[in-house]
Amino acid sequence: MQLKNIATLGVKELYSMKADPVLLLLIVYIFSFAVYTIAKGVNFEVKNASVAVVDDDDSPLSRELIASLLEPEFQPPVRIPASRMEEVLNQGEYVFVIVFPPDFERDVLSGKQPEIQINIDASAMTLAGNGAVYLQEIFLAGTIRYLSPATSYESLLPLSFTVRKLFNPNSKSAWFNSMMQVINSVTILGMILTGAALIREREHGTVEHLLVMPVSPAEIMLAKIWANGLIILLATLLSLKLVVNGVLDVPIQGSVLLFSLASILFLFSVTSLGILLATLTHSMAQFALLVLPVIIIMYLLSGGTTPLESMPDWLQWTMQASPSTHFVKLAQNILYRGAGPEAVWPSLLVLIVLGVIFYSIALARFRKAIVTMA
Amino acid sequence: MKDIAVLRDIAHCYGKVTALEPTTLNIPAGTMAGLIGPDGVGKSTLLSLITGTRKVQQGELTVLGGDMRHAAHRRHSLPRIAYMPQGLGKNLYPTLSVEENLAFFGHLFGQGAEERRQRIQQLTRATGLDPFLDRPAGKLSGGMKQKLGLCCALIHDPDLLVLDEPTTGVDPLSRQQFWQLISDIRRNRPHMSVLVATAYMEEAQQFDWLAAMDDGRVIATGSPQALLEKTAATTLEQAFIALLPAEKRAQHQAVIVPPVDFASGDAAIEASHLTRKFGDFTAVDDVSFRIQRGEIFGFLGSNGCGKTTTMKMLTGLLPFTSGEARLFGQLPAADDMATRMRVGYMSQSFSLYAEISVRQNLAMHARLYDLGSERGEQRIAQVMEDFGLAEVADTHPESLPLGIRQRLQLAVAVLHEPDILILDEPTSGVDPVARDQFWNHLVRLSRDDGVTIFISTHFMNEAERCDRISLMHAGKVLAVGSPHELAQQRGSESLEEAFVDYLREAAGIRKEDEHSDLPATLSSNTTAEPLQRPAWRDFFTPRRWWAYAWRETLEIQRDPIRLAFALFGPLLLMLVFGYGISFDVEDLKYTIIDNDHSRESRLLTEGLSGSRYFLQQDTPLSYDAALEKMRTGELTVVVEIPPDFGRHFMLGWQPEISVLIDGAMPFKAETASGYINGLLLREVQALAARSPNSSGLNLPVSIQSRYKFNQAFKSVYGIVPGVVTLMLALIPAMMTALGIVREKETGSIANFYATPVSRLEFLLGKQTPYIVIAFISFVSLVLMSWLVFGVPVKGSLPTLAAGALLYVWATTGFGMLMSTLTRTQVAAMFATVVLSIIPAVNFSGLLTPVSTLTGAGKWIGLIYPAAWFQPISLGSFTKALNFSQLWHNHLMLMVFIVVFTWLSYAGLRKQER
Repeated sequence: MQLKNIATLGVKELYSMKADPVLLLLIVYIFSFAVYTIAKGVNFEVKNASVAVVDDDDSPLSRELIASLLEPEFQPPVRIPASRMEEVLNQGEYVFVIVFPPDFERDVLSGKQPEIQINIDASAMTLAGNGAVYLQEIFLAGTIRYLSPATSYESLLPLSFTVRKLFNPNSKSAWFNSMMQVINSVTILGMILTGAALIREREHGTVEHLLVMPVSPAEIMLAKIWANGLIILLATLLSLKLVVNGVLDVPIQGSVLLFSLASILFLFSVTSLGILLATLTHSMAQFALLVLPVIIIMYLLSGGTTPLESMPDWLQWTMQASPSTHFVKLAQNILYRGAGPEAVWPSLLVLIVLGVIFYSIALARFRKAIVTMA
Repeated sequence: MKDIAVLRDIAHCYGKVTALEPTTLNIPAGTMAGLIGPDGVGKSTLLSLITGTRKVQQGELTVLGGDMRHAAHRRHSLPRIAYMPQGLGKNLYPTLSVEENLAFFGHLFGQGAEERRQRIQQLTRATGLDPFLDRPAGKLSGGMKQKLGLCCALIHDPDLLVLDEPTTGVDPLSRQQFWQLISDIRRNRPHMSVLVATAYMEEAQQFDWLAAMDDGRVIATGSPQALLEKTAATTLEQAFIALLPAEKRAQHQAVIVPPVDFASGDAAIEASHLTRKFGDFTAVDDVSFRIQRGEIFGFLGSNGCGKTTTMKMLTGLLPFTSGEARLFGQLPAADDMATRMRVGYMSQSFSLYAEISVRQNLAMHARLYDLGSERGEQRIAQVMEDFGLAEVADTHPESLPLGIRQRLQLAVAVLHEPDILILDEPTSGVDPVARDQFWNHLVRLSRDDGVTIFISTHFMNEAERCDRISLMHAGKVLAVGSPHELAQQRGSESLEEAFVDYLREAAGIRKEDEHSDLPATLSSNTTAEPLQRPAWRDFFTPRRWWAYAWRETLEIQRDPIRLAFALFGPLLLMLVFGYGISFDVEDLKYTIIDNDHSRESRLLTEGLSGSRYFLQQDTPLSYDAALEKMRTGELTVVVEIPPDFGRHFMLGWQPEISVLIDGAMPFKAETASGYINGLLLREVQALAARSPNSSGLNLPVSIQSRYKFNQAFKSVYGIVPGVVTLMLALIPAMMTALGIVREKETGSIANFYATPVSRLEFLLGKQTPYIVIAFISFVSLVLMSWLVFGVPVKGSLPTLAAGALLYVWATTGFGMLMSTLTRTQVAAMFATVVLSIIPAVNFSGLLTPVSTLTGAGKWIGLIYPAAWFQPISLGSFTKALNFSQLWHNHLMLMVFIVVFTWLSYAGLRKQER
């Protein structure tokens, strides 16, 4: 194996990429606009929740409680007649419909403990549970404040809590989503660019031509890996600096250098996986249908969208075979929690091991896959 | 009608490159007319303009008596024109059988079942293809492919038959048979005009009328006889060279091969009993030969006879099944770099990088062959001069004509001055002058530098220049010897005759069998549709739509892997996601740092550990240790109980418990915070009940939360309908996304340009099978969600099914749109993934409700169909809704169908540019 050949072939790979403006445009899109819209648009915390109110009491208390639902957590509550309650929930127009019973204020004042009903569209999973907790706290505190402005809800309790959220004190989804979307972009690109490039070369006969020359399959693969990896790494770091840190104003706690190292190892394993999938298929159409499910699984189940702990054990174990699971963990530990090399080295090691496994299988299949398909 | 086509100042350019200078030409009707000339002079461009498959840029063009610039005339004349584009089997579908290929064209020209059957029978009988009706077109030999292509072109009795280099890459016997067939057809249908572009001058000699072209211009017209007389030449090839402008003529040098005696030389290439099998097909069968050092050894035979396979085995690309081959006495080994340095290989199709410049290609090879910078530059300059590449040094090969690309390939092959050159049809598609230049190089290499040359060719005059040749047919070597010997053995005058004789013998054909009986018109009931027909039939006829739908279905059937991915992929993903995507936060890892160790603190600790939401971890030594564990995600919640907690609590002093939560994942943190608050409150209330000093907790209101649609508040009820939405968005779009670009890349899109099929028929025809597959996939997903996940459809099933049908129609339409807008499969695939996965996952209501989306994301979500099907899916599965509550979503999906189809329609061109 010669470094010179790997370098030469890799440089050619860079020229090829330059010749495909559509591809470049999509790369820019996925690292900038896509990251931005997802960070800004998708809210896993209680934010922008849609609330409707059926106020059968219409007293100063009920009006004050309604007025205490503020942005950004809640959209301005909308009053609806009781008859429309089912309909708006059915249509998904509102996630919460709050019902104040008739004589609500009078019953509160006379100590009868009247009931506020919160109807929740539970199919909105991210919002239903936490939103209900919020509403509960707001209404309790509001009522107590109304009854005796001097006392607070907290002072009624026999003890006090202080809850501190580390790393993202205000639970901003944008902080989390932006980083995770950068990671997802790396995954998508890493898999598709190398895999598709290999299939295209196979269809055009160019790899075959290389194999007649003093060039080994390992050199061809490593050239693809470094060249595509380099582009993606640059895009990642730029996206992190300009979009995540710059435009979205997300603080980066940990070492960017350590994150770069993790990214390089991740790119090695994910591009190898892309090549491996390409050697398993016979045409671009087959590759597309194979790579798509793999990408969606990595996208949704690596711990970047829903918590890994919520998955059944067998699936958690299965996902350990995916490099993205480890990269998501690394990125969270390094960038949010500020973990250092001494804390994250096991995950780095796993990435190397996975990369070597994928790479070895791909290499073993490479020659056979090239020649039999053409 | 005197002239079949009249050109007035027709010119054409591709970007900055001029393909055709302003040309005025009358092509006579009812004759066999030929275009001759080198590659890249505009022959193919001219033919594609005449057939209406390329848009006229400049000038006037009258074909079949009408103006080809008018869409109405093109629509009426397309059924009267047949076009066979350049390239072996270019307009055929390799996985379809001979009969299916023909039936497809029959459908396109609106023939009924009986008529199709008759015509297929007659055509295949006449061409000798009838024994192979069930064989896939991709597995036919080159000659058979061209015959099948001709049959496909002739299926509708055209008035104008246009053939673009129909015999390139075909062996002499098949070539003879091909022209025999054409002349039989013309005898029976004398009014039919035939227009042929060819590189074989000896074939052109038989034509009625010729137009010689050079450099985008017609340089002479007339009968072959007239051209010969005009130039006082004996062969057309000489005549053509004489017609060229003076400076080009000067480049031409006759090829003279000095004789050499090889009696005592040692072998450079040796093959003994070489055999290669692919499955049960023997591509190369017991082939033996020995090539001396410095010899030019020719390999003759039709496409698919095993020449390429033999060459690939010699280069070490393909392992051999049995026998052996040696280069310089060495067995080819995959990792033998030393031997590879001594071999130059040129494959049949262009296999250099088309997207980087000529100079970059050469420089890359110089580096890979370790030439070093000085020698590398010297060699690059040398080959650029030798092969006339200097003026195109900075051009990308993709925009160069075939002939120049072949020169570049040869330049690359000789760049590192190898000892052996293995050249697979290097001159296929190269014009006579360039071919002779090429051969002068080869002769010089062989005679002056002692390079051994192993070359395959279809040109007999090239074969005659070889020191020895080997005739190959169906994997076997028929004969080996010098051209002279072989001709003598057969008692023939020329090598061509001898070769044809060998082939005939091998195939068991007697000469007198070869005349075919073709009826005057192929069938009695004429098919020409009446010219007066409703206008809408120009845009949509069920039969032509069906032709494409049927063909696409067959192609999917022949690719079971793709079908399996399409049907089982979504089921597998639903299994994984149904169990995997869950917002039920459980088993939160927590620890309690108890600095009090009182009865109260222990009670509190026990209360927490009883919860199913929490999973207690070992108590770390210190607060800092706990923090370190949180950094690596091993702890999510730390509860710290202060010293004297129990005492202060009993005294009613409101002791403070501090809770630390890992906020890295906001959703998890919020949920954990909610849980821990509720839990602590409950435990504290229990404690307070025992406390003498606390009055307990008395709240002024009670708040009742009622969870609708999903009382158990389990993610699966929300996720399963969402997964249905996601699967039906991505997989169907991906299936259609490659459909049209694939045809663009393989060239079969030519059939769309050349036949009367309309854009709408083409689009819908290709889309239909995938709608069906996606709908089957939908049914299987519904069954799985019911049987496996216990999530039945609570609402109206017909409403859901109707929604799903509209939805997959829209998502496959999205794929079609991507396919019309992109040029390569890679770009189409990438665009589909990027542009569909992001809105489908994030903005369609799968994870978070659409009503809570903010900013641009909301709009991106709303302009993608998934956001409109998700309410139907969720409503029908979970909310027990019916059509009256969901219809507006159905309506929106219809809007998507119309918009996507319209955009694809607008983006797809019926003519090339």
